[in-house]
Amino acid sequence: LWWAHSPPGRRPRPPLAAAASGPVGPCGRRAYAPPAERKRFYQNVSISQGEGGFEINLDHRKLKTPQAKLFTVPSEALAIAVATEWDSQKDTIKFYTMHLTTLCNTALDNPTQRNKTQLIRAAVKFLETDTVCYRVEEPPALAELQKNEWDPVVAWAEKRYNVTIGSSTSILGPNIPASTKETFISHLASYNMWALQGIEFVITQLKSLILSMSLIDRHITVEKAVLLSRLEEEYQIRRWGNVEWAHDYDLCELRARTAAGTLFVHLCSESSTVKHKLLQD
Amino acid sequence: MAALGAPLRTLRALLRELRHAAGRSYRDSPAYRHVVAAFRAHRVTSEKLCRAQQELHFQAATYLCLLRSVREHEALHREYHGRGERSPQEVAGLVGFRLPQQPGGKG
Repeated sequence: LWWAHSPPGRRPRPPLAAAASGPVGPCGRRAYAPPAERKRFYQNVSISQGEGGFEINLDHRKLKTPQAKLFTVPSEALAIAVATEWDSQKDTIKFYTMHLTTLCNTALDNPTQRNKTQLIRAAVKFLETDTVCYRVEEPPALAELQKNEWDPVVAWAEKRYNVTIGSSTSILGPNIPASTKETFISHLASYNMWALQGIEFVITQLKSLILSMSLIDRHITVEKAVLLSRLEEEYQIRRWGNVEWAHDYDLCELRARTAAGTLFVHLCSESSTVKHKLLQD
Repeated sequence: MAALGAPLRTLRALLRELRHAAGRSYRDSPAYRHVVAAFRAHRVTSEKLCRAQQELHFQAATYLCLLRSVREHEALHREYHGRGERSPQEVAGLVGFRLPQQPGGKG
């Protein structure tokens, strides 16, 4: 056996990683190697109801958040959707496709440690740099497209919330009156903490408060909201051509994230009751 | 209200996506049962514009968009995303070498 023949007093060698060439990260791993993927370690995914809400079970183990808290969600439909996400992982677990799980983890852990007021303030702050309020002057085709597509949404928001928003072609953006901000702040305050995390997420993805509110109020679909958010990109794609590995990749990812955020908000803020009407004879 | 089309079309597409996601036993999955039960419960209504029905339809369309775009995103990722660097073993294998297996480590 080889170790019986090794001379005494020989130091044990460090593992192979130390012999790696090229840039090496802090844990001795090569810097550009893809991270080791987690294999799917469970067979069945099921849901159970606990004290705080609904929990997810991977085989017999209970799912936990990254900060090791127990994963509980208030809504059964949301738990089912999260369980479906875990169940649809094939050989390896791809966390970047599990948007609802990520949103639930964010809501449970609150890693940025923001309270409700700070979340609302961050959301309303986006109004000053809202995408649909920033217009170009040229090329005229794009300016026309922005007018035709974005003006109806702005008009809807102004009518629905009884505020003044307007649009602007200057670099400073539109001048949003304080009363408008107050209206949105008090409207967003009516959502609970979980729904607010979702709303702030959707606003960050779409880069627009107005588009997010029209999506959450069910005025437009997710596909339409994403299209309006990427209006200039779509214009350039139609002009210069589509690059699948960049444009379609970004489009699918944005759609997935926006859809997940919207669904999350709706499932966290609904209270469904079934009223059976009496049949009239 | 958003332009959603017929609820039946959304339901069929959603069930198809669930089938792609789940595999063989998709009919037993909790998601399938929940979706079918929810659609059945909201089907019978005497009102022309039932708000709960529209809410459910919007949620179903959103979930359909989520499943579809996750599937397409994963396909694009598999096709186009880089695989990272090769390991030293693979690099040696490119030219037909093997890394030495020295029992005591490199001298």
